[in-house]
Amino acid sequence: MSDVILSVRNLTANVDGTQILKGFNLEIKAGEIHAIMGPNGSGKSTFSKVLAGHPDYEVTGGEATFMGQNLLEMETDDRALAGLFLAFQYPVEIPGVTNLDFLKVAYNAHRKRKGLEELDAFDFEDLIGDKLEVVKMDAKFLNRSVNEGFSGGEKKRNEILQMALLEPKLAILDETDSGLDIDALKIVANGVNQLAKPDNATLMITHYQRLLNYVVPDVVHVMYDGRIITSGDKDLALDLENRGYDGVIEQYAAVGV
Amino acid sequence: MTASVKTLVNQPYKYGFVTDIEADSIARGLSEDVVRLISAKKNEPQFMLDFRLRAYRQWLNMTEPTWPHVHYPRIDYQDIVYYSAPKLEQKKQSLDEVDPKLLDTFEKLGIPLSEQKRLANVAVDAIFDSVSVATTFKEKLAAEGVVFCSISEAIREHPELVQKYLGSVVPTGDNYFAALNSAVFSDGSFVYIPKGVKCPMDLSTYFRINNGESGQFERTLIVAEESSSVTYLEGCTAPMFDTNQLHAAVVELVALDNAEIKYSTVQNWFAGDENGKGGIYNFVTKRGLCKGVNSKISWTQVETGSAITWKYPSCVLVGDNSVGEFYSVALTNNLQQADTGTKMVHIGKNTKSTIISKGISSGRSSNSYRGLVKMGPKAAGARNYSQCDSMLIGDSSQANTFPYIDVQNSTAKVEHEASTSKIGEDQLFYFSQRGISEEDAVSMIISGFCKDVFNELPMEFAVEADRLLSLKLEGSVG
Repeated sequence: MSDVILSVRNLTANVDGTQILKGFNLEIKAGEIHAIMGPNGSGKSTFSKVLAGHPDYEVTGGEATFMGQNLLEMETDDRALAGLFLAFQYPVEIPGVTNLDFLKVAYNAHRKRKGLEELDAFDFEDLIGDKLEVVKMDAKFLNRSVNEGFSGGEKKRNEILQMALLEPKLAILDETDSGLDIDALKIVANGVNQLAKPDNATLMITHYQRLLNYVVPDVVHVMYDGRIITSGDKDLALDLENRGYDGVIEQYAAVGV
Repeated sequence: MTASVKTLVNQPYKYGFVTDIEADSIARGLSEDVVRLISAKKNEPQFMLDFRLRAYRQWLNMTEPTWPHVHYPRIDYQDIVYYSAPKLEQKKQSLDEVDPKLLDTFEKLGIPLSEQKRLANVAVDAIFDSVSVATTFKEKLAAEGVVFCSISEAIREHPELVQKYLGSVVPTGDNYFAALNSAVFSDGSFVYIPKGVKCPMDLSTYFRINNGESGQFERTLIVAEESSSVTYLEGCTAPMFDTNQLHAAVVELVALDNAEIKYSTVQNWFAGDENGKGGIYNFVTKRGLCKGVNSKISWTQVETGSAITWKYPSCVLVGDNSVGEFYSVALTNNLQQADTGTKMVHIGKNTKSTIISKGISSGRSSNSYRGLVKMGPKAAGARNYSQCDSMLIGDSSQANTFPYIDVQNSTAKVEHEASTSKIGEDQLFYFSQRGISEEDAVSMIISGFCKDVFNELPMEFAVEADRLLSLKLEGSVG
């Protein structure tokens, strides 16, 4: 059995008829933490939405394999149930649906897929109690509507709470650090580190190097104009921080991939 | 625009079967002779015939209202059968004598009437094509002094009560459809709760339209004497015909001093097919009179069926400190049209009313909230709170809100809040990214949206309503 979790080859994708991904390649193995960095508009968030199966994005070419399955043929919820998790940059508010109900239905959908019995309300509350610890969230958040009236930091913590609950094979964190103060950033980073295991993988998508001080990546990729122009270890992120995107892009973009 | 939120076809209507039973019907058409014939067939006393004739003459001089935000071809009132009853040789003394086909029909609808299977805590009056075929738990209720029977039986057995209260809340000439109903109603339910009695079980009427040509005109009258209380449930279904049937009912509630009436409806008349063919025209007048001090009337309705819904369950708050409540969920799909809401008329001092209305429009349907809050000159200290929320599913449906506020007392207070939301693609994506199917997502969002109203329904009804909404919306997002 291969330890490759995600393999993306020459992926191209459009949104509203405009090509955003222009031949994207990436391979992520079990136990790895990757980071994709890039300037605004380079296509980072598009890539995460394409992987998750957002209906607004049209894949026009290339391949993506997730846990040995053809990802591009799977429905959005099937991708999630297979273990692909996206922590959203802007988690939506869902008035009227309590966080607890939402988490429970999502968790039981995953159990059902694995052929396990659904958890009842009591067992689920015990379980979620433990998970709240990971992101230091108060239980009162469970009885509020999903993300409704949450601060930016609370929304991001709520995303990590869902990740802790669903235990994905691949967690994609889309700009999870944006809008977080330093304390919230530490809590979120600490949660991500706790959840990283030898049999799963993490992909952080970020504009800034800041998060990478707390969650140290094995591989850093620089994305520009719809593709990855260079990859390296964590020092590449520091290089970016020092020289800025312009310098790095100038050095690698001309080379092509 | 992507195709992820779009309207597909509806779930087949589960209650669309027709019962093959011999009916005693009169010829189509309406005239004074027909009104007299209906009254004669029912062996009614003179006061009822006078009531009907007065209504009929008023109706002749009225015109069908055109102000509702609904559209339908003109109804030919001479093409409707005004009396149709399943053939019963005589009024049945016990359920064993009721035609098994009828018992079967109600059993199929989930309303078992037979002694062994009947619902444990609910007494049911089963109405089939405008005629009451059975009322359960009558004896048990009678022991408490509660009268629960068909209105025909009440006219025979309790004429003084009927004469006193019938038309006292909705007068014969109140509106076009109420006048028509008053002239030709064939049956309905009657409830009388004596002074100080808390009705020991919920009462319920189940309306079933079977005949394709007949209109359904039932009349419900509920009287709660001083310090009494009752919870009343109403359910409705009809077979699928490709023609439209007219349902013009009148419900009158009277609450005396300190009395409380809670009236809940789950309306699931056949709504027509996905092209808008067939379905019930539900043109109903429901009104409650809080006659006594500290009385309370609460309407809860879940409207999911009918091709067209036109109804405004209302409260007239005469008694000082009386309370009126209206909780409504109206769902329209395909080509359904609804113009529904309430009227809260504050007359007494310190009267209070609450209106919570949730409209959900899917498909190419149109869903309007229309509500009147009126504070009369003597309604010192009266208060109203209204909240009207609309939710749109897809791009082809519409929601409208028509609030009317009329305040004639400077100490009265009226608050109105309204919102319109849409089930967003991003919300659905969020659910499905967590492994929750779109159908489950929609049903969770809708249940959440309707929670304030469902909380007001009796437990079994709330579960039923929740399930019904999911069923109605199945396939509407795809």
